[in-house]
Amino acid sequence: MNHLLRGHAPITDEAWKQIDEEASDSLVPRLGGRKLVDFDGPYGWGHSATDLGRVSETTEGPADGVKMRARRVLPVIELRSPFTVSRSELEALDRGAVDTDFDSLNDAARRMAVAENAAIFHGLADAGIEGIAGASSHDPIPLGDNGFQDYPEHIAKAIEVILSSGVEGPYGVALSPECYTGVVESAEKGGYPLLSHIRKILQESGNGPMVWAPGLDGVVVASMRGGDFLFESGQDLSIGYDSHDAELVNLYIEESFTFRVATPEAAVALPK
Amino acid sequence: MEFDQYHEPPEELSPELRTKARLFASLAEEAEAINWYEQRLSVEPDAEARAIMANAQHEEFKHFAMDLEFLFRRMPVWRELAQGVLFKDGDIVEHGEAAEAGTDDDDGSDQGGSGGSLGIGSLKGAGL
Repeated sequence: MNHLLRGHAPITDEAWKQIDEEASDSLVPRLGGRKLVDFDGPYGWGHSATDLGRVSETTEGPADGVKMRARRVLPVIELRSPFTVSRSELEALDRGAVDTDFDSLNDAARRMAVAENAAIFHGLADAGIEGIAGASSHDPIPLGDNGFQDYPEHIAKAIEVILSSGVEGPYGVALSPECYTGVVESAEKGGYPLLSHIRKILQESGNGPMVWAPGLDGVVVASMRGGDFLFESGQDLSIGYDSHDAELVNLYIEESFTFRVATPEAAVALPK
Repeated sequence: MEFDQYHEPPEELSPELRTKARLFASLAEEAEAINWYEQRLSVEPDAEARAIMANAQHEEFKHFAMDLEFLFRRMPVWRELAQGVLFKDGDIVEHGEAAEAGTDDDDGSDQGGSGGSLGIGSLKGAGL
């Protein structure tokens, strides 16, 4: 048994399978950041830091004539999102029920996806992680107050800015839920759907994806050529056991990772 | 014609499993060749002959590594465990035990069969 302690939970193999499937189904559509960046690993729960290849300033060492400098690393962060499952619901599941109440699990998955996307796009200052939007070396392109009509123009401009700095495509676009809903519900003059226009722009610049990213504020356009945005996974998204009583089983979704931007020129932020 | 790489009737195995079986056989052959060259090199007195065999053994190192990486990529749990053991200083057995604890369950129950990981990994390129 590993540190997730699943073997201590009063949960059958079949119920674990259903919980894992439900969690995956709930997480994958929401992990918009992961759909744009390079994923490396998983390197396991014991993985604690990413090598940055950098060192501190050279100082006098502990003996005459010896210089000293310290390696710099980016520490892995751990995210944990707790949830509960009713024991009576687990018993129903084992009897073959197909309408198991997984509301708490789905809410935990939503919170975890928001946290991961926020780390990728906006960073985690306390953990030394700079997100794609903050790391961009380009001036942000404000989305403005003119509704959603100008989004295709702004996105095309962002692609041109990235391309002008020598970073090739394909290019991907991440939209916050608010921006995505606005785009889906809007049409240009003449009735052409905004969503189709944005897809066409992406197709013609290398056929990159459009992703829905809860946790992102505004829009981000980023190159998908690889090597620019690095998500290093320690333990990939997993479900572990915390405790239980006669009524509830307390579980959690957990992961550990670092995130780095290697090429600040490879993305543009489009804030609301 | 006999195919030693199969332990079960080949016609009952999927194409993916037959491919893996071929690579497993290649992996074993490369390891055997490395062993043979190692022994030959230790007893061959002719320097020119040793140089040729050392060169050949070097090739087998590469072949072995490629076969192994292919299998790791298609067997993620094996890959994850190997990452806890390979290319690390220190006690090999301790690393092995720690890696096993991170990828397996020791009570015979599969607890969902994944050791807890949802196996999501890279989603790069997936869109709406």
